[in-house]
Amino acid sequence: MTVSGAGHRGFWLWATSLGVYAFLYVPLLIVVVYSFNDSRLNAEWVGFTWHWYDVLLHDEDMLAAVGNSLFIATVSSLIATVLGTMAGIAMHRYGVKALTFMALTPVAMPEILLGVSLLLFFIQVINLTLGLVSIIIAHITFSIGFVAVIVRARLAGIDESIFEAARDLGASPWETFRHVTFPLILPGVVAGGLMAFTLSIDDFVITFFTAGVGVSTLPLRVYSMIKIAVTPEVNAVSTLLMLLTLTMIVLASKFSPDVLRGKT
Amino acid sequence: MSLLELKNVTRRFGDFTAVDNVSLNIEAGEFFTLLGPSGCGKTTILRMIAGFDLPDAGQILLDGKDLADTPPEQRPVRTVFQSYALFPHMTVAQNISFPLKMARIPGKEAAKMLHETLELVHLADKADAYPHELSGGQKQRVALARGLVNRPRVLLLDEPLGALDAKLREEMQVDLINLQKEVGVTFVFVTHAQVEALALSHRIAVMRDGRVEQVDEPSRLYGSPQTRFVADFIGHINMLEAQVLEPAHGQFRLGVSGLGEIMTQPLHGVAVGSKGTFAIRPEQVRIGVHGEIQELKNHFPGTVRHFLYRGDVTVYKVSLANGAVIEALLPNSAPGRAELFRVGDAVNVGWRHDAGVFLHE
Repeated sequence: MTVSGAGHRGFWLWATSLGVYAFLYVPLLIVVVYSFNDSRLNAEWVGFTWHWYDVLLHDEDMLAAVGNSLFIATVSSLIATVLGTMAGIAMHRYGVKALTFMALTPVAMPEILLGVSLLLFFIQVINLTLGLVSIIIAHITFSIGFVAVIVRARLAGIDESIFEAARDLGASPWETFRHVTFPLILPGVVAGGLMAFTLSIDDFVITFFTAGVGVSTLPLRVYSMIKIAVTPEVNAVSTLLMLLTLTMIVLASKFSPDVLRGKT
Repeated sequence: MSLLELKNVTRRFGDFTAVDNVSLNIEAGEFFTLLGPSGCGKTTILRMIAGFDLPDAGQILLDGKDLADTPPEQRPVRTVFQSYALFPHMTVAQNISFPLKMARIPGKEAAKMLHETLELVHLADKADAYPHELSGGQKQRVALARGLVNRPRVLLLDEPLGALDAKLREEMQVDLINLQKEVGVTFVFVTHAQVEALALSHRIAVMRDGRVEQVDEPSRLYGSPQTRFVADFIGHINMLEAQVLEPAHGQFRLGVSGLGEIMTQPLHGVAVGSKGTFAIRPEQVRIGVHGEIQELKNHFPGTVRHFLYRGDVTVYKVSLANGAVIEALLPNSAPGRAELFRVGDAVNVGWRHDAGVFLHE
């Protein structure tokens, strides 16, 4: 009785899990599959082709958008990593609740709110022409919190007396950071940076509000394309984007296992 | 002049006074121990000597120079942390070389010092291992080596044996004594384990609630405790409430209510009539049924209430006429003595007139 009861429960657990994962991944899988479909329409499978990837590579607007996205992601993630690391260290060291709260709020805040407020800030407060710079600043804003959380989690796992030991053995505060603190938090810093890169490259909402006219990024470009029709070219670019994001996430989790828990 | 001097040092955390007006003199080459229960302020003192914390009042002097404005990295003082605090991303050799690197000691000389220190702690074959590959005892030795490599004036040890198992702890005690003798560096050792303190130290400061109760050599601390707390904290001791009586026939006498008189060693500076505690170690109390106990100046009849067989010794708990329970220690040196007395046996307990101490309130 107990055995069959457990088996019963086991079956339902499996079935539910399978259902959830299917719900999450089947749509993604369809996008990938149809990016290789030799048809203009996403309706039925005709045959395998690299054609849409070829179209993609010759689409000037698309390439420009990809270039912008990579540039924005690189610059914003680098700056967010530096600032976020500093914030994470400060949060750990001083444990000031308000500081932590302020750094983490952008993580939890609805993107639309952040997008609108940044837009108002750029055009009404600092009178900045919207474009690459405003997008980069916006991306840095929402990335810092993620980097800070990961770096702080990393620091929390380190025995505090290790830093005291460094001072005790003759290292100045700077030498302690350079020889001890930084090497120990490096995996977290790298993971945070990769996370920031990923968030930047596929951000739509905030970018949409802060891009202005003239500058397009990959997600914006995809959006403008599907307004007309979902062509397999969109599938192809989505597949590439997915691949890039996945690689980043896997890399980040390799560097710091905290990363998979870090995202709220 | 003492090497290290604490003058009226006080440290408060909010309403809590962790260290209360402590003055200590620690001599060069000494193995000095701060002993006390957790929360007595011993670790706070250590942290103030290292420079991680600063006194609210008072001074800490090294070679007569106030350390207040010297940051930890510039004090010729090293700490061995309870958790060892080895750098996990560095090998044993890199850990031990860290202070040499920070002191900018040139490569050749540094290599020589590293090599000598590795030999000193018998870790030459582990130079390239990482901390996570080491046993507890080995980590301990790396921490010691790292602290001693460029010969500080003082080495502070914060319960360094706490994390080791009993057998290893005993081995490390012997190693520590030898190491300290060999390098001649002043050790300031913090522990709550009185056995460890007695075994290792030249002198011990017993602390309680942020204050120093007594500073003395181990044998004097054990043999002549000056306060009830010290008597009770170090080893086992029997205590009887007593009052000082008029000396008679050249004998100093204490009165214990319901029991009678105790002959004791000369009492100095204690007025007749003052109250206090008579304290005597279990191994100084003799137990028997026949005449040999009666020959002692102090002897009282009692009943065996419990006995604990401990292998090397048997501890008897004997209740006396006034209800007090006295512990007596009987060594099991001769075969068959383990169960000399049974629960309920009527016995005599006694001790020499010069055994035990009177602790004035």
